[in-house]
Amino acid sequence: MNPNIIEIAYIVAAALFILGIKGLSKPKTAVRGNQLAASGMLVAIVVTLLNSSVVSYEWIVAGAIVGAIIGATLAVKIQMTAMPQLIAALNGFGGGASLAVAAAEFIKSQPASGTLAQLTDHAVGGGMGTFAMIATGAAVFIGAVTLTGSFVAFAKLQELIGGQPKGFPGMKAVTAILLIGSISIIGYLTVDPTQTQLFWVMVAAAFIMGILLVMPIGGADMPVVIALLNSYSGIAAAAAGFVMGNSVLIIAGSLVGASGIILTQIMCKAMNRSLTNVLFGVMAEAGEAMDADEVYAGKVKASSPEEVAMLLETARRVVIVPGFGLAMAQAQHAVRDLGDSLEARGIEVEYAIHPVAGRMPGHMNVLLAEAEVPYDKLKEMDDINPTFEQTDVVIVIGANDVTNPMAREDKGSPIYGMPILNVDKAKTVVVVKRSLSAGFAGLPNPLFAKDNTLMLFGDGKTAILELTKSLSD
Amino acid sequence: MDISIIHVTLFVLAIFLGIELITKVPPTLHTPLMSGSNAISGVTLVGAILAAGHGGNETLINVLGFMAVALATINVVGGFMVTNRMLAMFKRKD
Repeated sequence: MNPNIIEIAYIVAAALFILGIKGLSKPKTAVRGNQLAASGMLVAIVVTLLNSSVVSYEWIVAGAIVGAIIGATLAVKIQMTAMPQLIAALNGFGGGASLAVAAAEFIKSQPASGTLAQLTDHAVGGGMGTFAMIATGAAVFIGAVTLTGSFVAFAKLQELIGGQPKGFPGMKAVTAILLIGSISIIGYLTVDPTQTQLFWVMVAAAFIMGILLVMPIGGADMPVVIALLNSYSGIAAAAAGFVMGNSVLIIAGSLVGASGIILTQIMCKAMNRSLTNVLFGVMAEAGEAMDADEVYAGKVKASSPEEVAMLLETARRVVIVPGFGLAMAQAQHAVRDLGDSLEARGIEVEYAIHPVAGRMPGHMNVLLAEAEVPYDKLKEMDDINPTFEQTDVVIVIGANDVTNPMAREDKGSPIYGMPILNVDKAKTVVVVKRSLSAGFAGLPNPLFAKDNTLMLFGDGKTAILELTKSLSD
Repeated sequence: MDISIIHVTLFVLAIFLGIELITKVPPTLHTPLMSGSNAISGVTLVGAILAAGHGGNETLINVLGFMAVALATINVVGGFMVTNRMLAMFKRKD
């Protein structure tokens, strides 16, 4: 096929990706946006298959069949509560794909396969040119870090390994050495691009670095990590685009890279922490300073579903605050039923969504959408915070740190300055929780001991079901 | 002018465009945005097809090409399908 036609088709594909992301700016246009992006992908794939340098199809077909089966199965079977794990895995696969593409180009460019090398613009028989080598190094390095880093994130989210930060003395130094070593190898390869062994050493170093980067990050910071790995997978794709000299790869990769960076920033801001602070964990050590017994002693009031139901009967406005516990308990449908029966009594019901509630950006919104809660009832933190004073009852389900008033009041607290949902300003706060155990931040929550707080101990789903039942009795 | 310069230009402009586009996506759609952008980053499939279809018989390149196609296809197929599944839930109550 004429190379110019291929390039034009790639620009069309890139335009469809851009229109697709634009569609995601409103829930109403989002489905169409996703379809536009998918059709852009189809255009890009079809013209690539017609490219004259593609001469054999058996490996392509085999890979596509395997990938399509796995991808479709994952997409259909995955539970909405497990979405963070799926995104983590997809980030890793994206990184792995860019790694494999760039590595294949590197091997192709080696003198041993000289005749093949002429097939690409960059290869010059004696190895890669400087620009192509730097791009290859970047794609391989970032791709490998994304692959193993996402694997660790997946294992933490799936609870194959514990969510708490893990590390060993001198870990940061090891990470730094791996980083400097990898950059030095890429630098050396630009001078002598035939050193394949060094190339694989760099890949191994990047694999280890990916693991070391994510291991020390705790469960509470997973939204940041997922967003960041999302960004890495995009940047790796863009770097692979430089290697192949392919415009659509560069554009799409940069769009995804930018998307991940912005989500990372939003998450960091919502936790009042810098990215460096999240990645290199200053917080983990400061957590145990406050004594939980002292905060709670004699002040925590346990309640019953019947008592809470009586409160709700006289309420005019109720706000529900979901957290990761809602996902853990699969309580989204039970919550919607409770909301429905409250509304049937003429009570105003809204949902307060903290930006880092759950384990990935927007996680709570998806869960509540699954339970068919209309999205205009989901309120962002800044919109709902001024309304808590006019709220009769707030029901907090499995959320902890995002409601902790210490973030507002205690200057010595590790979470001081983090924007929170001011649920304690409401007339009554009902906290549905298994026990008084601390949240991800490892801190006691003085909210539980406030005069206007009632604790409803138990599994989130059971407690909400009992509450709805008491309300209808 | 070197073609690489044009590619760097594309990269820089696309980053700025990406930032403009993404800041307009509301928080309620951030999860579908992530899965959707995962699907878009599966465009590495284009590079993977070129690597896997080069027609040589060097095993390492073929295996890498196969892996790249398989992984990128998981992203493309899985990403777009799961995004569609999520977005359909948002649309339902219009």
